[in-house]
Amino acid sequence: MSHAKTPNVVEMRKRIALNKTRDYIFWVIGLLSTLIGFVLLFTMIIDLFIDGFPRLSGQFLLSYPSRFPEKAGILSAWVGTTLVMIVTAATAVPLGIGAGIYLEEYRRKNWLTHLIEINMNNLAGVPSIIYGLLALGVFVYFLKFGESILTGGLTLGLLILPMVVIATRESIRAIPNSIREASYALGATKWQTIKDHILPYSSGGILTGMIIGLSRAIGETAPIITVGALTFIAFLPSSPITPEFPFLSFKWLLDPFTVMPIQMFNWISRPQKGFHVNAAAAGVILLFMTLLMNAFAIYMRYKFRKRIKW
Amino acid sequence: MFLKRKISKKIKEGAVEWLLLFSALSSIFITLGIVFILFYEALSFFKDVSLWEFLTGRQWTPLFAQPKFGILPLVTGTLLVTGIAVLVSLPIGLIVAVYLSEYAPFKVKEVAKPFLELLAAVPTVVYGYFALLFLTPILQKWIPHLSGFNALSPGIVMGIMIIPYVSSVSEDSMKAVPMHIREGSYAMGATKFQTAFKVIIPAAFSGIAAAFIIGISRAIGETMVVAIAAGMMPNLTLNPIEPVQTLTAYIVGVSLGDVPHGTTEYKTIFAAGMTLFLMTLFLNILGFWFRKRIREVY
Repeated sequence: MSHAKTPNVVEMRKRIALNKTRDYIFWVIGLLSTLIGFVLLFTMIIDLFIDGFPRLSGQFLLSYPSRFPEKAGILSAWVGTTLVMIVTAATAVPLGIGAGIYLEEYRRKNWLTHLIEINMNNLAGVPSIIYGLLALGVFVYFLKFGESILTGGLTLGLLILPMVVIATRESIRAIPNSIREASYALGATKWQTIKDHILPYSSGGILTGMIIGLSRAIGETAPIITVGALTFIAFLPSSPITPEFPFLSFKWLLDPFTVMPIQMFNWISRPQKGFHVNAAAAGVILLFMTLLMNAFAIYMRYKFRKRIKW
Repeated sequence: MFLKRKISKKIKEGAVEWLLLFSALSSIFITLGIVFILFYEALSFFKDVSLWEFLTGRQWTPLFAQPKFGILPLVTGTLLVTGIAVLVSLPIGLIVAVYLSEYAPFKVKEVAKPFLELLAAVPTVVYGYFALLFLTPILQKWIPHLSGFNALSPGIVMGIMIIPYVSSVSEDSMKAVPMHIREGSYAMGATKFQTAFKVIIPAAFSGIAAAFIIGISRAIGETMVVAIAAGMMPNLTLNPIEPVQTLTAYIVGVSLGDVPHGTTEYKTIFAAGMTLFLMTLFLNILGFWFRKRIREVY
């Protein structure tokens, strides 16, 4: 009897060994596939840095674009990016937080909120260039804002709105109901509860979402090209601070502009090698900015997750 | 006085609610705005060009003296680059998801996931630079007839770029498979590999399908990588080593020039945009349907 069983056992052992080998091979493949992303990221950073290193200097930051690659810089581009981001944040943050609060705290179960929710998910999947076409039709020609900083900022603000809403909702949802009930028990109204409890406790998560959204907006190129940002700008927008009363001017909102990714795109598209060096240098700065913002956001999320225990 | 305060409080509460509702409604306004603008301009485009010519013409030369308005070359260009990106991102994304959900120890996950997120945060113009000036020259050494602008290189780069979109949603749906199903499989003597591919993946099918669709939709809508590295030539071909133009790259190409408002040329970018919007809308609805099914399984 045992004699008859032996080949079976041998076969089974073989099969088990084979299965285990397959398991091990897949483990290796899985690890390597996960690493592909890192390899690409590091190759990209190193490649950009090697290509762009000769141009990385203070002068590069303080020069206007030029016909001569050695003299060209990104002054108008980074000033443009900064101003556009101010408008973007001013649009997306209040609207996004407001919408997030409404959907989590006020919403009634009816067709309207259901529609808003489905729509919000759908908007997150709309290609960014479509937002550019929307802005071209609405902001540039219908509202006559022209090809201005205001148009660019509003476009990117609408683009990152779903991200801010999702971040707001997720961090509000993490607050337990006992907090709300305790506040109501002390006689606070709904808005007082939100203002004094819900918002402060969810501020970490909201801030994280906001930073990630803005970092996405900094790198966005397509919608800004579509609204007609110029690729060659050798002047700065008018200053937001004036020497006379009221010391603040909003004329810059309607000035033409360019942003970092467009400047980089413009340099890549030129045939001369010298401009490719400029493109790489601009790319290093752009990449550094977005990665820094994202790293900060990830760190914040990690920190808040550890600290808060309800 | 007490009553007065109560009334003013009530007014304030109501005003706040209306204000918040208005912010929530802004998303509806955006969608309506997109649909209205695209259809309005596209309809006026179809007054100049017949829908039949648009859908079946094999040439897209709107800027020539004798313009031809056949959208097919742009659609095939889009599908070609998307196809290459999908061939790269779907298998790798799925493998990464299985690895992170079933194999990786907690510490590896803790490091790998934020890094994958960073991959999605890199500006696409940087990916474009990388595809044109790093990957294409390398590929040209292996593929002798590869032209400087081609569909292959941006397709590969885009594929790696969208791995995080595919892997994170797939992984979430695999993690949602209850532990006892996994344990049942292990108890039968199955290895992790067998469990993952014969039990977990079928169980998480809806979520993985949704993840794939999100990835495809991203690839179709991606603009800068193709605008930089695929060339700007509408080309009715499925040959990956030739230059092609996608719908998105066409819109960018036209916008870079000075487009007078109201000309047919101006309207073409909305016609191309509407085609793009309808393609991604279809995929988004399909993805939404799959995601809704996830919740029904357990």
